[in-house]
Amino acid sequence: MKEIILIKDGEIVLKGLNRRQFEDVLKKNIRIALHELGRFEITSAQSTITVKPLSEDIDLDEVCDRVGRVFGIVSYSRAALCEEKSMESVLATAPVYLEKQLRKAKTFKVEAKRSDKKFPLKSPEISRELGGVLLSKFPHLRVDVHHPDVTVTVEIRDYAAYVRADAIRGAGGIPVGTGGKAAVLISGGIDSPVAAYMMAKRGLKLTAIHFASPPYTSQRAEEKVVRLLQKVSRYATPMTMYTVPFTEIQEKLRDDCPEELFTIIMRRLMMQMAERIAKDNGCAALITGESLGQVASQTIGALGCTDEATDMVVFRPLIGMDKQEIIDISYKIDTYETSIEPYEDCCTVFTPKHPRTKPILKFVKAAQEQAGFEPLIEKALQNLKVTQIYPE
Amino acid sequence: MFILSLYFFEQMLYNNYICIKWGAKGLEHYLDNSATTAVSAAAADKAYQVMTRLYGNPSSLHSMGMDAERELTQARAAVAAQLHASPAEITFTSGGTEANNLALFGAAYANMRVRRKIVISAVEHSSVLEAARRLEDEGFAVERIAPRPDGRIHPDDVAAAVDKNTALVSVMLVNNETGAVMPVADIFEAVKEKNPQTLCHTDAVQAFGKLDIKARSLGADCITVSGHKVHAPKGVGALWVKKGVRLIARQYGGEQERRLRPGTENLPGIAALGVACGEFDIAANGAAVTALNRYARERLTAIEGVTVNSPEAALPYVLSITAGRVRSETMLHFLAERGVYVSSGSACAKGKPSHVLQALGLSREQADSTLRVSFCKYNTVEDIDALCEGIAAGLRTLAHR
Repeated sequence: MKEIILIKDGEIVLKGLNRRQFEDVLKKNIRIALHELGRFEITSAQSTITVKPLSEDIDLDEVCDRVGRVFGIVSYSRAALCEEKSMESVLATAPVYLEKQLRKAKTFKVEAKRSDKKFPLKSPEISRELGGVLLSKFPHLRVDVHHPDVTVTVEIRDYAAYVRADAIRGAGGIPVGTGGKAAVLISGGIDSPVAAYMMAKRGLKLTAIHFASPPYTSQRAEEKVVRLLQKVSRYATPMTMYTVPFTEIQEKLRDDCPEELFTIIMRRLMMQMAERIAKDNGCAALITGESLGQVASQTIGALGCTDEATDMVVFRPLIGMDKQEIIDISYKIDTYETSIEPYEDCCTVFTPKHPRTKPILKFVKAAQEQAGFEPLIEKALQNLKVTQIYPE
Repeated sequence: MFILSLYFFEQMLYNNYICIKWGAKGLEHYLDNSATTAVSAAAADKAYQVMTRLYGNPSSLHSMGMDAERELTQARAAVAAQLHASPAEITFTSGGTEANNLALFGAAYANMRVRRKIVISAVEHSSVLEAARRLEDEGFAVERIAPRPDGRIHPDDVAAAVDKNTALVSVMLVNNETGAVMPVADIFEAVKEKNPQTLCHTDAVQAFGKLDIKARSLGADCITVSGHKVHAPKGVGALWVKKGVRLIARQYGGEQERRLRPGTENLPGIAALGVACGEFDIAANGAAVTALNRYARERLTAIEGVTVNSPEAALPYVLSITAGRVRSETMLHFLAERGVYVSSGSACAKGKPSHVLQALGLSREQADSTLRVSFCKYNTVEDIDALCEGIAAGLRTLAHR
């Protein structure tokens, strides 16, 4: 019996004339996600994408796992392809294909979706006939049309007939890449990978920017960021990571700027450098994991000062979230355990004892300008390290 | 002929340990020997021979099994000889952590119906501290003895905590962070005087191969040793259990290790440990390392901002220093870039402020800037010079808190 995966695309159905383009991106993303699992035929028709494995040895559990992480999919299901588009074939396929699920269930119902109006039986007739056959094969079952344990769905399409059980909820969101490109500032903590995930869900293709300050930060901190991005890219598709050598700039900060403004000027410098990298890579926005009030650099005043450093749109998807809410998502996307590994990141190097929580922009800008970071910024940007990130 | 001479040249290099001086990054100054050591050429060769030629199962009845068993017997005798003990008293384990766990749980469970108290020092390795914490969760009373200001555990403090209900006392022989040598013989004597039924265990991982350990005159019932601190591979260690002392096994299976530690033996590791034990030269190595330690102390204290924390009486193999106010992790990475490898405080306690150093009277900030330098017989004056130059350069260029 040939098994395939039926995918319902989500919000993209709403997008009118762009729909075709959205669907093409989604198909491409599915193809990327399944890339090294084997060869597939991926087609779309009647608001459903069909993934058909082209060889017998493909692990469909793994395929489903990956499809479940592709944005733009509302739900998906495994289905059996009936050998021919006839009622006999449906009646022969369903009891065999769904045997395991039906044995475990106490109640069921049959639903028929007949989009091919030329099929000789009407939907209620299909349901009734298949229901009868299933009841006779599995005498322990009862029909419950309101709260069945299993819903057996028969889909009669223009080109084929399928039998399937309940659909599984997909990752939701919009296909990555249909919303444009943005650069995410990633530290290695809990927040930034979650922020990256959330914006990828809204259709953004990501570029990652990480600031490293050896020897104040260790090689392990950078490797940890790579591992985090590998997890994120299971949702966000492969991406490029730029590592900015930040040591000299931080040392200058320490030497030439007032201590209580360290953090805020550092954040501004990061934004300015990120903006330049982003523009060079065709990104239209920056993404950070800031959450209002979480630390001194994330007060309303500090965020104002940070924001002023760049002309770019800055997305802060976590801004209104509690730490626990952020942690819940990091568990879901499996970044939490990596995030809490105890390596120092550049944000905690030279943290002042009493950072300004209400910095005054005028003074911050004056201090930054007086120190004169431009030559060091140039130098750092010329020495970026580039790492390609692929799903882990 | 050419290939043959190349081979001998390589062997010559290897035997002179030039190979371990040249690592992936060029010249290496490995001063982290309390974390782990390079495997000696002879021990590595033995492991290779056992893996490829003497690979029989020591429990097999055929001749290959007997050959393997002979290796096991030899290794057991070699380890026992270093403890001045009988081979029958040696139980091989997967390392120090397992041996410590076996001693603590084994002794606690063997006596739990009559005695439900355990006394340990507060500066033990985490494999003792955490095992004791687990026993505490299971209803045992655990008392932890703090060191005196000289970094050592005092016999009176331990004896005062021992009562008729005490099943086990565990005090390490040498502390892994400072090198402080604990007066274990005196401690165990005081304990046995108070309660002869109480079992005495010492974690001798940092002392093995460096101090002459006489199991019986130490007054111990169990002694833990580990392979990878003494130029044998990782994954092998042993617990010496005095004849007549009963421990409860932590795992169940075959008849290996007198059923105290069943499971097919890690023969490559065990045989290599046997060879490494045969290479111990405690007096000569001790003299060489003492000279290095003295040289290091002299040169390091000459650097402004550097203080030595290890007591003068400490084992010369470990040297704890505080380098200015530079975070130890930063200094460590800085030194690593220059091919000098040390630990921050103790490698096992990543990120946690060290209670051992605080007991020595160091402030939190000082403890946070503390490095552990640890030597082995392969270290040279050049290694110390590289360390001192690295620290001096680090103090000049790195940011202070």
